[in-house]
Amino acid sequence: MMHAWIVATLVALAAGCVGFFVVARRAAFAAHALPLGAFPGAAAASLMGVNEFWGLAGFSVLGVLAIGQLQRVGRREIASALWLAGALALGVLLLNLSGRYAQSVYGLLFGDLLGIDTTQMAVVAAFSGLTVALVAWVARPLLLDSLSSELASAAGGRASALEFAFLGILALSTAIAVPVVGAMLVFSLMVGPASAARAFTDRPWRALVIAVGICLVTVWSAIALAYLTNWPVGFFVGVLSSFCYVAGRLRGGTTALAQVA
Amino acid sequence: MNTGEAVLALERVAVTLGERPVLREVSFRLEAEQFCALIGTNGSGKTTLLRAILGFIRVQSGRVDRAAGAVGYVPQKITLDPGLPLRARDVVALGLDGARFGTRLPSKARTARVQQMLRAVGAEEFAEQRVGALSGGQQQRVLLAHALVRRPKLLLLDEPLANLDVGSTAEIVALLRRLSHEFGAAVLLSAHDMNPLLPAVDRIVYLANGCAVSGKADEVVRTEVLSRLYGYHVDVLRVHGRVVVVAGARDESREALERDPVHTITVP
Repeated sequence: MMHAWIVATLVALAAGCVGFFVVARRAAFAAHALPLGAFPGAAAASLMGVNEFWGLAGFSVLGVLAIGQLQRVGRREIASALWLAGALALGVLLLNLSGRYAQSVYGLLFGDLLGIDTTQMAVVAAFSGLTVALVAWVARPLLLDSLSSELASAAGGRASALEFAFLGILALSTAIAVPVVGAMLVFSLMVGPASAARAFTDRPWRALVIAVGICLVTVWSAIALAYLTNWPVGFFVGVLSSFCYVAGRLRGGTTALAQVA
Repeated sequence: MNTGEAVLALERVAVTLGERPVLREVSFRLEAEQFCALIGTNGSGKTTLLRAILGFIRVQSGRVDRAAGAVGYVPQKITLDPGLPLRARDVVALGLDGARFGTRLPSKARTARVQQMLRAVGAEEFAEQRVGALSGGQQQRVLLAHALVRRPKLLLLDEPLANLDVGSTAEIVALLRRLSHEFGAAVLLSAHDMNPLLPAVDRIVYLANGCAVSGKADEVVRTEVLSRLYGYHVDVLRVHGRVVVVAGARDESREALERDPVHTITVP
């Protein structure tokens, strides 16, 4: 149980930081497509007897490269959809080849927080730290690029390089979040809290910190509720994230009405 | 005061986008503190020219020489997300160090410089508001402060007057004129309507047909000069203090064009 709390905390830290930029850059679909598209990698790793994390990470990198290249000739949504369709097709094939991994695949799709061992925890800790450090490193250029890629380019940034950097960080954070909430629901942990945080402040870095805070409360509450009800952690993460978003929207609407009055 | 030193010099610049030649031969120069309007109809290549100057797109042939140092840029039609938690003050600060990687603690000097720029463009009163929730005129002021905060020698603005009402247009033009002198920056501002700019500009670059005419407004905006540029007869009319360029017959002037093809015309 202690492993679960620690890992969930680490994942929430990374997801909150990255989620702020996912929402700022309107990349929610990419945040959905990358982890889901990485799940065949975990299935393949499982087939080969390798740690599933490396399969997830490998396919996440492939996803970044595929989406990054495809969106040069089209919109990000279309690039993400194309990657997702191809990866899921491969996932179906891998599932078909090996029925005995059904339980493992279920855990990857919907999360299996209680099944995390010490080795996995160390990997998650290392990559969470790396994710937070990378976000801190690239935060300002990424924020300017989120405002306007033309402004970022005029300031000397390279929009395509920043997009690759963003997708890479997104892939890294989703790969480590998959064991906690699963590939199906990982984007909800990024989108819900970060969207809600926008209603609480007009300052970017404060919004990022609030997003991390909401992420932490969400995963801690989800673990507690899962423990009490014996329902999946992923379910509570998804529901609580959605609730955060609705609460944020309601608060934003109330604030806007108060300003008009 | 103009120093005579070129901040920007274009020489026979040609740009092709895909298979379409957008700019065929454009030459002009801009000196320090000059306030210059880049005039042309929609689709004449104004944005392409600005993007070529910035280095966003490759120049097919010719040369673009820019003075060393920062270039300020205000792009056309930015849709600023009203939900993005970013105040006007933050946008100006990003103009200062938004391209820098790594973390940085806030400093008094940085804060003072941002405040000074907000004051210079008259944006202090809405500095704490979300930039996406501001009006078009207010956003233009903020983007202008963002572009100027690094004190560039050259400021490029792509259609900054589009979608502004008459009052805001006059305010922004007067502001640009003042800031050009205050910050010693040369300004190149694109617009499809030259009228709000004519009283303020030092020079005009008129773009049509992939070519350019440059010079003082009263030397460029003339029937014979623009007719040669367009490749057919146009009339420059002055109606109630406004300049209107009206297209004439194409066929008769095409023959004249074939006898004497126009490229870049520079009016001294």
